Amino acid sequence: MSVFWSVWISAITLGVIVGCTWLLFAVRNGQPHQETTEETLGHAFDGIEEYDNPLPKWWFQMFLGTVIFSLIYLVMYPGLGTFPGLLGWTQVGQWETEMAHADENYAPVFAKYATLSISDLQQTENAAGLKMGQRMFASNCALCHGSSASGAHGFPDLTDTDWLYGGNVATIKQTISDGRTGGMPPWGAVLGESGVRDMTHYVLSLSGNDADIDAVNRARPQFQALCTACHGQDGTGLQALGAPNLTDDVWLYGGAFEQVAHTIRTGRNGIMPAHKALLSEAKIHLITAYVYSLSR
Amino acid sequence: MIKHETIEKNIGLMILLIIIVISGGGLAEIVPLMFQSSTTQPIDGLRTYTAMELEGRDIYIREGCHVCHTQMIRPFRAETERYGQYSTANEGVWEHPFLWGSKRTGPDLARVGARYSDDWHRAHLYNPRDVVPESKMPSYPWLFSDRFTDPNTDRKMEVLRTMGVPFSDAQIAGARDAVVGKYEIEALVAYLQSLGKLHDNYSNKR
Repeated sequence: MSVFWSVWISAITLGVIVGCTWLLFAVRNGQPHQETTEETLGHAFDGIEEYDNPLPKWWFQMFLGTVIFSLIYLVMYPGLGTFPGLLGWTQVGQWETEMAHADENYAPVFAKYATLSISDLQQTENAAGLKMGQRMFASNCALCHGSSASGAHGFPDLTDTDWLYGGNVATIKQTISDGRTGGMPPWGAVLGESGVRDMTHYVLSLSGNDADIDAVNRARPQFQALCTACHGQDGTGLQALGAPNLTDDVWLYGGAFEQVAHTIRTGRNGIMPAHKALLSEAKIHLITAYVYSLSR
Repeated sequence: MIKHETIEKNIGLMILLIIIVISGGGLAEIVPLMFQSSTTQPIDGLRTYTAMELEGRDIYIREGCHVCHTQMIRPFRAETERYGQYSTANEGVWEHPFLWGSKRTGPDLARVGARYSDDWHRAHLYNPRDVVPESKMPSYPWLFSDRFTDPNTDRKMEVLRTMGVPFSDAQIAGARDAVVGKYEIEALVAYLQSLGKLHDNYSNKR
């Protein structure tokens, strides 16, 4: 801030305070008498007259109190241009103190759990660490996966043993840190609408659902040509690509005929956002431990 | 000494004196901000909104999102832990009007971009209860059926350019085509995903 603006702010601030004080005393001293009387200003409107009395004493003193408070405040805190105030307070400084204080208290706790392996964290003596993971899951993950981690339409259930990208410790941690992008392409244009419906019968038949056998037979060669690269020859999926197992009855986007048909027709690109830019390693470690514990 | 009767009976004088009294705060607190580099210069690498994001922003305003959501992370640990780096003035120099908000019924959205997937935003805006059962946010199903039939995004960009937002000629020329025919939900989600992502000076890691 330049000297000009510093002086500008200081002059106006102090000017207003001085002006208020002057007004307060000028009004009081201009009063013909200092005590409350029955005397009126002499005019009447609709028979209503106005007393000519000074401000009540308690009011006058309170007003004076605000003036004194403001001057003390301006000496202690920043308010007059570039003058920082005797206390040296800044809002960023206050935040930094808060953060340093929290670091001091919580960093050792996180450091302790960061050195433990995920399987150690499953032990009962480290239940507090897992509880921390659960709390962080609630604030960071529950919006999509639900507070009980059982997922929602389009957001995987983390409590079952069915994993899109794999349920071992390293994979879970990678999923949280780097995120995932689902890559089911749309097949509507390739298969045509009747092809999509045939394929839906075929996909549903893989998990033992009722399906039209003629449609299944019509779709089989196309499944082999188009789908096996990701979902595998037998439709059991490929965790390296996040391609789901089609032979179980777990459906991320619903297993009803129209829902499956929609998935085939328009594709799916579910995204798990990367969290390494949001959460520290130590926090991701504890959340991983919690997520890992869910399916055990 | 002026008697107060004199002031009460001269409306012109009274207006003048009122203006002098109430301008004190504004002159000391607001006017200097218009001349500080910290409040008038954009943060390094700040980008402008795309056409879709800009239309999404207008829908954000139309639906009153700013009534319940702030875009102002204050420098308190409780806020920076949850939302990321506290907001600074130089992030918002191209915001017209600014959408800092003053009331948080829902969470702050200043850095919500990339935190959730597009699919999540869609599900959540269609019916918040589908993904957050205890949510009391209203549903916005019409965003999924209403399209931009005749957008004037290019005109909006031109107006914003007169206010100092550096939209390029190419952006303005392509604005209408980028928006026409799109659903409103696409624009709103694009806008939400841009929040906090218009520059990358801050680490939000906590």
